[in-house]
Amino acid sequence: MRHIISILMENEPGALSRVVGLFSQRNFNIESLNVAPTEDSTLSRLTVTTVGDDRVIEQITKHLNKLIDVVKLVDLTEGNHIERELMLVKVKALGAQRDEVKRTADIFRAQIVDVTPSVYTVQITGDAGKLDAFLQAMAPIGILEVARTGVSGISRGDKILSL
Amino acid sequence: MELLSGADMIARFLKDEGVEYIYGYPGGAALHIYDALFRQDDVKHILVRHEQAATHAADGYARASGKPGTVLVTSGPGATNAVTGIATAYMDSIPMVVLCGQVASHLIGEDAFQETDIVGVTRPIVKHSFSIRHPSEIPTVLKKAYYLAASGRPGPVVVDIPKDMTAPTERYEYVYPKKVKLRSYNPVTRGHTGQIKKAVEMMLKARRPVFYTGGGVVTGQACEGLTDLVQRLGYPITTTLMGIGAYPQSDRQSLGWLGMHGSYESNMAMHHADLIVAIGARFDDRVTNNTSKFCPTAKIIHVDIDPSSISKTVRADVPIVGPAGSVIDEMISLVQGREPANPDALSEWWDKIEGWREERRGKLYDPSEPGEPLKPQQVVETLCRVTRGEAFVTTDVGQHQMFAAQYYKFDKPNRFITSGGLGTMGFGFPAAMGIKLSYPDDDVICITGEGSFQMMMQELSTCKQFGVGVKIVNLNNGSLGMVRQWQDLNYKSRHAHSYMESLPDFQKLIEAYGFTALKVERHEDLEPALERAFAHKDELVFLDIYVDPREHVYPMQVPLGSMRDMLLSKTERT
Repeated sequence: MRHIISILMENEPGALSRVVGLFSQRNFNIESLNVAPTEDSTLSRLTVTTVGDDRVIEQITKHLNKLIDVVKLVDLTEGNHIERELMLVKVKALGAQRDEVKRTADIFRAQIVDVTPSVYTVQITGDAGKLDAFLQAMAPIGILEVARTGVSGISRGDKILSL
Repeated sequence: MELLSGADMIARFLKDEGVEYIYGYPGGAALHIYDALFRQDDVKHILVRHEQAATHAADGYARASGKPGTVLVTSGPGATNAVTGIATAYMDSIPMVVLCGQVASHLIGEDAFQETDIVGVTRPIVKHSFSIRHPSEIPTVLKKAYYLAASGRPGPVVVDIPKDMTAPTERYEYVYPKKVKLRSYNPVTRGHTGQIKKAVEMMLKARRPVFYTGGGVVTGQACEGLTDLVQRLGYPITTTLMGIGAYPQSDRQSLGWLGMHGSYESNMAMHHADLIVAIGARFDDRVTNNTSKFCPTAKIIHVDIDPSSISKTVRADVPIVGPAGSVIDEMISLVQGREPANPDALSEWWDKIEGWREERRGKLYDPSEPGEPLKPQQVVETLCRVTRGEAFVTTDVGQHQMFAAQYYKFDKPNRFITSGGLGTMGFGFPAAMGIKLSYPDDDVICITGEGSFQMMMQELSTCKQFGVGVKIVNLNNGSLGMVRQWQDLNYKSRHAHSYMESLPDFQKLIEAYGFTALKVERHEDLEPALERAFAHKDELVFLDIYVDPREHVYPMQVPLGSMRDMLLSKTERT
């Protein structure tokens, strides 16, 4: 099953490589990874999506918790949560395609953020499934380039991941 | 307020931390630190002949004393040479701090002379690592390093020190930090009481219980408590290779050690048990054999300080995260005044165990007669007798390691010192050196083979310089015995590169360093040679003992089988 694990860790050199290294070292899987500092500049928040059965996910969270740089973590998929990813896509936009791209972007509530006579750059946010669906819709028209941020997420309701 | 350079802070810190010996080798990036060590007398530096030996020596000291070992190496090759020793300590959860010189900060990343990203290289084999970024942080970082190395589940910590951090011209305030706190690191101090109660109820109701304990009991200094608990209950106990001596092996309740080359009765008892009480052990593949066939009728209680060890390979029915010592103490207080609920079933269980013991009594190996080649097992048995089972015994890796573990009987913990997890050839001799320096009055023996010994024999020179009187027992079979055994069993005796041609004349070699070497080829010479060797109390003596190269280590678990599937000799299997 797919899990989204969010990690608060020390904003220190080497911390990221320890987390990423752990995954390859223990033969765990990384589907996507996203990391940036938080409002507290000493902490970074890293979100990783991974796939594994319960036993594997238990091992992943245990091993992550063992890393000295990891302060706290939560498996967001254990409860209700909001999952978002941002994607920028360059698609071919010539003649009739220009309208088709615009229409599809509207349906997905995506925005066209840059335009040339032959290319549209589309920005879209949503969960990974929505982004995948948009790519599928664009495929016949011609995808030129894709940049995805990887999944970020947060729990619904009052639950908070902080120190 | 005291102003010190980074290098002087390191020397001062080591003194304040109570470090007695450091093992190391100088080089460009570490020279400021070496100069600081030169100007003090509190911390003794032992100059090894290869950095790997420094880590093994510090490791041996740590295993014998329970305190962290300290290593000092220079950047680049100095640091990479230490890698095998760091990995060895990591696999066996041994506390160690490795101080590595590094090229000056402004050169980092430029492929400077003797530059290696040692923090990167060692990342998967350390508990944690630090890079010093300002000289003023040296005392705190070092304190954190020692705290992390020794607390929780212990392990090696690397501290990378760029040369400019130790420059003699830059001085900063030095205060010894008595305590440090890391917000993200709080090792558990006790187990969950509810879980412990549940475990104790299961223990009292058990009909066929076995204690299975590992290195965690030794590093957790919980051996007395364990012995008390096991004796109160009267249950059988088997330990891992790393846990040898945690419970006196001469006691009736001890089944010896378990696993691939463990005793017949311990593997049989594990397989037939209805309850396994695992403490400070990690169900590794050399113990469990095939996990899908592992102990089919047993419930499992698993106590470990590291949550990631629990249910890693074998699912625990009652997991308890906590240090062995406090969990065992809590178990004792719950057991107090109570009796096991099924005395009849337990006495039947013991009958069964005694039956297994009886089955193999006197059949463990065929002792040879005078005139035939010595058997390695006989050598270890004789060694145990001559030293009254009281020596520190280190080993290298291979057949001799298993024979040492099988035939030397340990009643005390921290006495059998071996590379269990990583299986590092070359470990034994430097480890013995590290122990002997801190335990000068004890007999320290390195049981080795000619293959392993040649991997670290340059340390003879270190022993000469510092007068280290270890005894080296070389079980010389002229081949890489364990490799050869596997080739006999699995490759139709095609001995691909498992023989040792062109062995040196060890006697001459040892004598070249000014030590005594005794060659033993005949039965009748063994005991006198051992007596003679140990009469030289404080001298290094090398015993080159020729043993039968055809001998195999048994029992030996059959691959993919359960714990009870064992070869018992070249012709018998369970």
